[in-house]
Order: sequence, then structure tokens, then C-alpha cells
Amino acid sequence: MRLLKPNDISPSEITPPEIYRERRRFMQGSIALLGGAALAAAGEPQAATRIAGVRASAYKLDEDKTPYKDVTTYNNFYEFGTGKDDPAANAHTLRTRPWTVRVEGEVKKARTWDIDALMKLAPLEERVYRMRCVEGWSMVIPWVGFPLAELIRRAEPTGNAKYVEFVTLNDPKQMPGVRSRVLDWPYIEGLRMDEAMHPLTLMAVGLYGEVLPKQNGAPIRLVVPWKYGFKSAKSIVKIRFVERQPHTTWMAAAPSEYGFYSNVNPQVDHPRWSQARERRIGEFLKRDTLMFNGYGAQVASLYRGMDLQKYF
Amino acid sequence: MNVQGFVSTRAFKLGLFILCLFPLARLVVLAVTGGLGANPIEFITRSTGTWTMVGLLLTLSVTPLRRLTGWTALVRHRRMLGLFAFFYASLHFVTYIWLDQFFDLASVARDIVKRPFITVGFAAFVLLIPLALTSTQAMMRRLGRRWQQLHRLVYGIAILGVLHYLWLVKQDLTQPLIYGGVLALLLGARLPRVAGLLQGMAPRVASRSG
Repeated sequence: MRLLKPNDISPSEITPPEIYRERRRFMQGSIALLGGAALAAAGEPQAATRIAGVRASAYKLDEDKTPYKDVTTYNNFYEFGTGKDDPAANAHTLRTRPWTVRVEGEVKKARTWDIDALMKLAPLEERVYRMRCVEGWSMVIPWVGFPLAELIRRAEPTGNAKYVEFVTLNDPKQMPGVRSRVLDWPYIEGLRMDEAMHPLTLMAVGLYGEVLPKQNGAPIRLVVPWKYGFKSAKSIVKIRFVERQPHTTWMAAAPSEYGFYSNVNPQVDHPRWSQARERRIGEFLKRDTLMFNGYGAQVASLYRGMDLQKYF
Repeated sequence: MNVQGFVSTRAFKLGLFILCLFPLARLVVLAVTGGLGANPIEFITRSTGTWTMVGLLLTLSVTPLRRLTGWTALVRHRRMLGLFAFFYASLHFVTYIWLDQFFDLASVARDIVKRPFITVGFAAFVLLIPLALTSTQAMMRRLGRRWQQLHRLVYGIAILGVLHYLWLVKQDLTQPLIYGGVLALLLGARLPRVAGLLQGMAPRVASRSG
């Protein structure tokens, strides 16, 4: 085995993915022994490539990270199917090279970025964030990425840019799920300008020190840790700066259930279920959901004076 | 031996019993081998809920199937199918109370009052209890005509079950609509005209297979 240079592995990393995959192989072996080989077929993570030169960051958590296997096999990515294990089973058809991201709209410097250029736009750093799904479960994920603000600065938004809209790839040839009409494609998400500029808001290109697996939104995705997971658009092909609040996909699907802000808030229930608690993947007992997913100290000021029951 | 005769054997009944235990056995195997995925409690909840619906629909398919095929012996197994539906409904309920809510009964009560999908699911489960309790031969005799009236509750229970599923899914209604469609067929088959039609087909089918 090749010896890793010190800066290849970030200090906060405890269990490398190789070990997870080792465990996984062991488990698959056991299952196969029991005659249930077919049961293990779904959700094999791709052998991912390490990203070189990832810096550690101050964004760490004193909480156990969710195992690589769970992060990469339990996903909501409807472009590959609505089941939790569908993305891991189907996303292999996604082509992540060549890939470009168009930055346009109310900016002085509209530009089409090649993904490899984007990955060198700013130093890549590891950030361990909580991820709270609107469905009531959560994970802790070590992302690799750069602040969205770095990209925004280079685009030089005009005074008319009040919101940022994110558009996910919409290609039925690569994404079997978009042949179904379950949502209006392409998937669209959006942030207010100050949310997009916030230092916590991350453009992620990897997790666990490796290139982002396809089922997790490769090659580049948004991560907004104080909002429900669906706000963090995956496999982004376009970033538009606009004056009006974007009409996001989930708002179009169920306006009474999903608002534009969708900040994690234990006091505002989803109309059909409580948001007061969550199941952290890997834990038995539910834990209390934290206001702004525990990032209140950093982001509460963005919403000062707003009625969060109304702007859910 | 014809099909009718085979359906009435003890071997058939035993086979059916073992088949009905398969969903539980599968859960146990998956649990032991770590195959329940990232969210095992959700997996168990979904699975027991699914098999409750399947059990209810199988129970409700006995009468139309009997009319269609003329195999009256099918009715002998209806009770077992119904009790299995109740068994999986109980597992589903226990999973919710124990694994999901961990006996936080105040939270459970709030859910039942506030969440329509839990309200109807809970109602369906409660309504199943008298049906399970009166499923014995002795209770059938004791209740006489009223037994059948009571057990017609199962139609409403199945409808509540489909609603429970429909109201819980986030966006993709495919699965609950499939269950709803099958239920609509099975209930439609009970309309007098349809039932007569099915019955009319019986002798031909029976003689072909007999």
C-alpha cells in the first residue's frame, strides 16, 4: 500500500473509507454464506478517487460521522428513483466528465466553468456538517468543497441579483428517474443572496476525502447545513443570479408543505409529521432537532424579524 | 386429486402458513446479517406495513376468487390470512410504539390526534382487534348473523389502510395507488352484478382446471 503524504488525509478523519469497504466486503461475504447473495446486490459504492491537497478546516463537529456506507447508500436523489437505495443502484449511468457549470444572470462576468477549473477555483477544505432531511432523519458528513461565496465573488453580481438559483442536470438518458413525472424537472433550488454568500454555504465536490459519489450529487453540489437536505441541489449544471425569488421544485410540488426557506426548525412541523425530533442514522433513539440544525449562532441573524412560521 | 381437493388438504394449509411467515423470516435474516440498510427502523416499519396491506388484500381476494373458480375450499383459509394481516399490523404498531417512539406515549397520543395518516392507521389497527378476537369458530356460532355484519368492517379497514399509506408518502404515490387499485377491484368484485358475473364464469373455469 502506498504511503500517504501528510496532507493527503485531513486530521479530522478517523476511519478511512477503505476500512468501511473492507467491512462491507466482510458483510457481503457473510450474507453470501447464508445464501442471500442477491440481497446484497443493491448499493455498491463506486471505488472513489481521493482528492489531493484537501485542507482541514475549523468546521468540525464533536459528533460521530455517519459511516461512508450509509452516506452513499441511503439517498434522496429522485432523478435516479424515489427509493432510498435507488440512487446508489442507478447513478452509475451519470457521466461526470466532461461537465460544465454555467454561471449567468444578473452578473458582470457570466461564464461557463469546466468542472476541473471549478475544483481549482479555491482551496478545497474538509468540513464536517450535520445534514437534516425533511423526512426526519439526519447524518454527519465530512464534505470536501469550497465556499459558494468564492464563486459568487468571481461572477461579480449586479445590484439586481437578489437570489441565486441552482439547476440540476436533466437528462433522461443518464437519469432514469426523470422519465417519471414525480417532480417537475429540472430540479431547481434557490437561496437568498445573503444565504448564498454565507461562509457556511458550501459547494461540495467530495466526501470522506474522496471524489463525490454519483448518488451524492457528483460532480458538484450545494451544501447548506442549516436547511433541510432538499435545499442542497445535486449535480448542478447552472447557477443563475436573479431578481425574483426562484420557484423551487418542491414548492411547485407541494406549496403547503415546502417553503422557500426550509430552515431546519423543530418548532415548525411539516403539515404531515413533526420536525421536533430526528433519527440520526446509526442511532437507536431519536434525538432532538436543533434550531437551524445547530447553526443558529452563525445564521439566526439572517432571519431576524422574520416570522418563521410564515416563512417556513 | 383436483385443485379443489388439493386446496382443502392439510399440506396446503401448512404451506400457506409457512408462506405467510416468510416476510417475518426475511426481516429476521436481514436483521442478523446487517441487511436492513442505513435506517433499519424505517425498513421494519415499511415492511410490516406493506405485509399488513398484502395480508388484507389477500383476505379480501378469497371471496371473489372462490366465485371465479368455484373452489369453495378457499374459504377455509380466509381466517388464517386475516389473522396474519392482524399479526403484521401488530408488528407494525409495536415497531412504531417501541422502536420509533420508544414508548413516549404522550408523543404517540399527539401523533394520533395531529397526524391524519397516523389517525387513520391507528383507527384501522383498533378496528382489526374485534375482528381478530371474534375469529374463532365459537364466536362465529355465538354471534350468528351479526358475525358477518361485524366482519364487513374489514372493507373500511382496508380503505383506511390505503389512506394511511397515501397520506404518508412524500411525493411518489405509485405504491399506495397500486394497493388502492387492487382494493378497488376486490371491492368492486363484491357488487351484486359483478359477483353474479364472476359466479357465472365459475363452472367453465372449474371444469377446465378440475
